[in-house]
Amino acid sequence: MAIPSSCLHNTYHTMNKQTDIRAYLDADEQKDLLRLLTAGSVDDGKSTLIGRLLFDSKKLYDDQLAALERDSKRVGNAGDSIDYALLLDGLKAEREEGITIDVAYRYFSTNRRKFIIADTPGHEQYTRNMITGGSTADLAIILIDARKGVITQTRRHTYLVALLGIKHIVLAVNKMDLVDFGKKVFDDIVTDYRMLTERLGIGDVTCFPLSARNGDNVVERSSRMPWYDGPALLDFLETVPVHTDRNFTDLRFPVQYVLRPDLNFRGFCGKVASGVVSQGDEVVALPSMKHTHVKSIVTYDGTLHEAFPPQSVTITLQDEIDISRGDMIVHPDSIPHIGRHFTTMLVWMDEQPMDTSKKFFLKHNTNTTRSTIIAVRSKVDVNDPTDSPFHVAGSTDVRTQQATTDTDVSPFTLNEIGQVDILTAKTLFFDAYADNRQTGAFILIDPITNNTSAVGMILAPLDESTLENDATPTLDLPALGITPDHYAAIDAAVRDLERQGLEIEVIKAHD
Amino acid sequence: MNNYHLTHLQELEAESIHIIREVAAEFENPVMLYSIGKDSSVMVRLAEKAFAPGKVPFPLMHIDSKWKFREMIEFRDRYAAEHHWNLIVESNMEAFRAGVGPFTHGSKVHTDLMKTKALLDALNKYKFDAAFGGARRDEEKSRAKERIFSFRDQFQQWDPKNQRPELWDIYNARIHKGESIRVFPLSNWTELDIWQYIRIEHIPIVPLYFAKERPCVEIDGNIIMADDDRLPEKYRPLVRPRMVRFRTLGCWPLTGAVESTATTIEEIVKEMMVTTKSERTTRVIDFDQEASMEQKKREGYF
Repeated sequence: MAIPSSCLHNTYHTMNKQTDIRAYLDADEQKDLLRLLTAGSVDDGKSTLIGRLLFDSKKLYDDQLAALERDSKRVGNAGDSIDYALLLDGLKAEREEGITIDVAYRYFSTNRRKFIIADTPGHEQYTRNMITGGSTADLAIILIDARKGVITQTRRHTYLVALLGIKHIVLAVNKMDLVDFGKKVFDDIVTDYRMLTERLGIGDVTCFPLSARNGDNVVERSSRMPWYDGPALLDFLETVPVHTDRNFTDLRFPVQYVLRPDLNFRGFCGKVASGVVSQGDEVVALPSMKHTHVKSIVTYDGTLHEAFPPQSVTITLQDEIDISRGDMIVHPDSIPHIGRHFTTMLVWMDEQPMDTSKKFFLKHNTNTTRSTIIAVRSKVDVNDPTDSPFHVAGSTDVRTQQATTDTDVSPFTLNEIGQVDILTAKTLFFDAYADNRQTGAFILIDPITNNTSAVGMILAPLDESTLENDATPTLDLPALGITPDHYAAIDAAVRDLERQGLEIEVIKAHD
Repeated sequence: MNNYHLTHLQELEAESIHIIREVAAEFENPVMLYSIGKDSSVMVRLAEKAFAPGKVPFPLMHIDSKWKFREMIEFRDRYAAEHHWNLIVESNMEAFRAGVGPFTHGSKVHTDLMKTKALLDALNKYKFDAAFGGARRDEEKSRAKERIFSFRDQFQQWDPKNQRPELWDIYNARIHKGESIRVFPLSNWTELDIWQYIRIEHIPIVPLYFAKERPCVEIDGNIIMADDDRLPEKYRPLVRPRMVRFRTLGCWPLTGAVESTATTIEEIVKEMMVTTKSERTTRVIDFDQEASMEQKKREGYF
């Protein structure tokens, strides 16, 4: 059925030279985007696979190839042949160590789609980079060496993919040439792997027998594995539907920036996190809970009838209600959780171990607030995960909450993952990460170093009634008789205090 | 299935606008660095889109090395005036008065003083806490690993081994006094994406990108356009008119032209698709030492 996939450059060569370039560009303009993550152990041939995808789709230019050949001879690990891995190991220090140590992004394009590959390292100490690279991925390719089968790192990578909520997994069983292209080897690995993904609650898994080094089943179907009747890897990547993975049901519009160019225009800028918003819709602003209607959806290119994720738009409302950055616009029939206390999966990304006495800045959508880790419930053994990451350990019921959190789990260190409870100073509007990747995610920022110390995927809201009231101090400016002409100075002072770790809630007169 | 489906360019545009607004909301004193090149032109349009119908709440800043093509400077001034941008132009006047230039001091010294030092001085002078740059990850290997919000210490240095994790679209904008963030809203765009966007959005670009007969001389294998009378005497007799265009724009003695007849964006893209050299091969500064772009980035040049 499908024409062998090829990218821009060789497409052009095989294309009728008379073909109108304009027609080509018009077709190119309509392509969609697939973001994918690749994960594998150091020797699985991951970089070789990516290099092969880039090479076979002719994204490599002559000068890059010349540099590659030169580098291959000097520092490569492939003898006299081209070491595709060198293409991806961008930084000098890493090239000398012979391993990729961070996330590298690669871009290529075929007749049907554009791709962004996040290439992440496989070894243990760099879990945080895989988490970084995978957070925006629609699909993950997990590489396995056919000689080794499912190993500890496979389990770890698969768990992380499940934790990130990536909906599609490709299992690439590589180095099939080294097991004589044997069907049984492949089938056994697939059986093993499916046991793991079922346990972790991952639905869509597609498996491919490959030899990246020789190109078998990468871009073209291989004649050396006649028993395999599926598509080549690239063919699959070009056609797997991903845009329907987004949540189009629950409107979440986190207000990012308030636009007020003149007295007649007051617009709320933001990216539609989920759901669809239409002109005329009845909406609710959080936290004020005030109802109004959407007057218009404005963009530079004109007004829109409706907006959907991940569009960046500006919304104007029928009524003048006080809304600022961090607030959220939603539909009245789908209100998110509203609260300061929740249980969450947390990945520790900082060299400094978790300190539960610290007041971390928590950034969630466009909201930033102080927060404390008030309970550490459990730690996951990522090398041998037994459950879906979204299985809640302990109870969210207020009567048993105390009992389940009162355990001896030690604070997390770098790359440790587990379930904790968090209390925030400000009220947040959130969903479970499993229901909504956009409004279920947050990061924790160290108040002293400003490092991104941890990232979280929210599991469920928790009861707040039993907690001692440690709400932030408030400055009620109207009650103190302070007039709006002093607000700018007070804002500056409050921001300074915030930098030193003191959070103050400021109440202002509505203009 | 539903129809709520964006093309790759619409998705990239939405991502960039989100990044630009996030900086305007989170920083006290951001600036958009403007190189006058095609990527800058796209970035500037995205900023205009992000705040329409309002005005962009931060200035544009051009670091003028004093060796830019004259057409670039004309284009810059006209664009900024027509689109009501607050334009800041800064140069290393001390080095300029001392006569520093690529012909007399070589590309490394010239770039260090007229570009890197001029940029660092300007950032310090205005105390900018965030600076947008138009760099793309597909341009060069060390850029492929850089975050969208790239942290710089008080000396404006980048530490590739110690980057903040960056997840989802949640950007960590917290810094101490004196530190700053470089922001790259075009990180995920490719060269073809840029051309496509210029084409469909009718974004004005410097005419040097289009082929024309220009006075050129070959220096160390690069086709250099004699843009003003500072071309050294020894090259002057060798200047010939040639039909050329530029794939990237920088200082004229350091930016090689390519032979071309492309006078439209479609023709440029057509040439791009059959070309066998990546766009940075026309940049002399990338080759003056091994891993040189990474070295320059560590020192603060983007």
